[in-house]
Amino acid sequence: MAYQVNKTIEEINEKIKKGQVVVVTAEEMIDIVEEYGPVEAAKRVDVVTTGTFAPMCSSGAFLNLGHSKPRMKMEDVYLNGVPCYGGLAAVDIYIGATSLPKDDPRNKVYPGQFKYGGGHVIEDLIAGKDVYLVAYGYGTDCYPLTKLETYININIINEAIMFNPRNAYQNYNCAVNLSDRLIYTYMGILKPKLGNATYCSAAQLSPLLNDPYFKTIGIGTRIFLGGGIGYVVWHGTQHTTDVPRGEKGVVKKPAGTIAVMGDMKKMTRRYVRGVSIVGYGVSLAVGIGIPVPILNEEMAWHTSVRDDEIWTQVVDYGYDYPNREGRVIAEVNYAQLKSGEIEIMGKKVPTYPLSSYYMAKEIAETLKRWISEGKFYLTKPVELIPSSGFMCKGLEIRR
Amino acid sequence: MAKEGALTVGKKVILNFPKHTWDKPVVYTLHSKFNLIFNILKAQITPNEEGLMILELVGEEEKVREGIEFLREIGVGVRFLAADIEKDEEECVHCGACASVCPSGALHIDRETYKVIFDKEKCVGCELCVGACMYKAIKIGL
Repeated sequence: MAYQVNKTIEEINEKIKKGQVVVVTAEEMIDIVEEYGPVEAAKRVDVVTTGTFAPMCSSGAFLNLGHSKPRMKMEDVYLNGVPCYGGLAAVDIYIGATSLPKDDPRNKVYPGQFKYGGGHVIEDLIAGKDVYLVAYGYGTDCYPLTKLETYININIINEAIMFNPRNAYQNYNCAVNLSDRLIYTYMGILKPKLGNATYCSAAQLSPLLNDPYFKTIGIGTRIFLGGGIGYVVWHGTQHTTDVPRGEKGVVKKPAGTIAVMGDMKKMTRRYVRGVSIVGYGVSLAVGIGIPVPILNEEMAWHTSVRDDEIWTQVVDYGYDYPNREGRVIAEVNYAQLKSGEIEIMGKKVPTYPLSSYYMAKEIAETLKRWISEGKFYLTKPVELIPSSGFMCKGLEIRR
Repeated sequence: MAKEGALTVGKKVILNFPKHTWDKPVVYTLHSKFNLIFNILKAQITPNEEGLMILELVGEEEKVREGIEFLREIGVGVRFLAADIEKDEEECVHCGACASVCPSGALHIDRETYKVIFDKEKCVGCELCVGACMYKAIKIGL
């Protein structure tokens, strides 16, 4: 397909270098395309910045703690009491966002408070705080030490690399509760009998909704990650492509995901926050912003997507979700969700976001500033994220 | 009736009733003697047990002060509710999880700025937001 506007990443980077680049946020792009049309908009705008900030459970970090004297092969490792995965080389560990201390009461006193876990350790490390390290090993000839207790912080350890296997979900469910009791979920507290509805997407600002077919985002795409620089390194786990789509190719249910990576030493606490979700557990809220290069009028058109063109499914978390019933109660768009009220089964239901649009906007604005000021250059992906042939499978329990 | 020019105030208070006070017409006195308008937001009074009541008292500033003095004199514990719930603006990320459970609309999303606003005047002190906030940005004061 021949385009009227043809730009390359190299050309855009040249403009960034010369200070001539035109960058707008995905929110601003809506009006530009509306006023000038996609062709003219593509001529005028070089980059559209996106943003999102929300809890993303499939997150964590690889840490290399450095070798003690005498040396130790760390097997059981705890940071501020939170178990880390030590099944790697001697002093390499992975700390997952949802990891909980062994003595956390969890939901034994329902609903559990989950005051501190892996996400909080990551936040504390980024904040530069000292973190208490306890490690046990079985001892070998080359690694004799069997127990160690000390303090570490992000500045004294060798590496702190955030590696999140699934972030920035392209769209997400709107959650309601049809049951007759209050429930505590990862989608927040849901009041009985459609008492409220929660949703979690930055919608028109959301990275993967502005490039719904992954025509520009791929392995090697440089991004804003947690206030620092990160990269898209793979498609995310549960990546799904073959789902119903609406206007501008936008998916109508949770679909595409990305795996991202970045240097935690350059991140800021403002955009990486441990979260305590009552009755559910701990997680990590991550701020992500992706620049979408406007290579042609098609990308201008995609990035002009508006809240009222983005639809999602309303799912019951009282019975259907926990039992993996695929039932969709209703379809709503984000303009309706953001209005504060939707109508489901004849009932007016107040709606609330769990994803911070305020922070999403701040991230998109920050990335826009970085690019405009020549501090951030775009990268050409070595391979694009797949846009077909991916379905998220369930697990059938064999008996 | 409030005197002309007198400042009318509304205070939300948490009252703790010791055992010996449960049978006294405390709330009635607040109205009859101090001319206070009361709105019972929450009440848990059982004979011969400690009781709890959350009241909104509206009246002349001086009378509200006197009324609260009266409560303390007869042994009722008084705490101000408005000071109880605090939203830490440094910690808040402006999502909306707290607003989702707020029964009075004190916590709500400003649809222009997408910031979560806390309107202390409307707070009934149910504390539901404290648990709902994932970022520990809402704290109970005092």
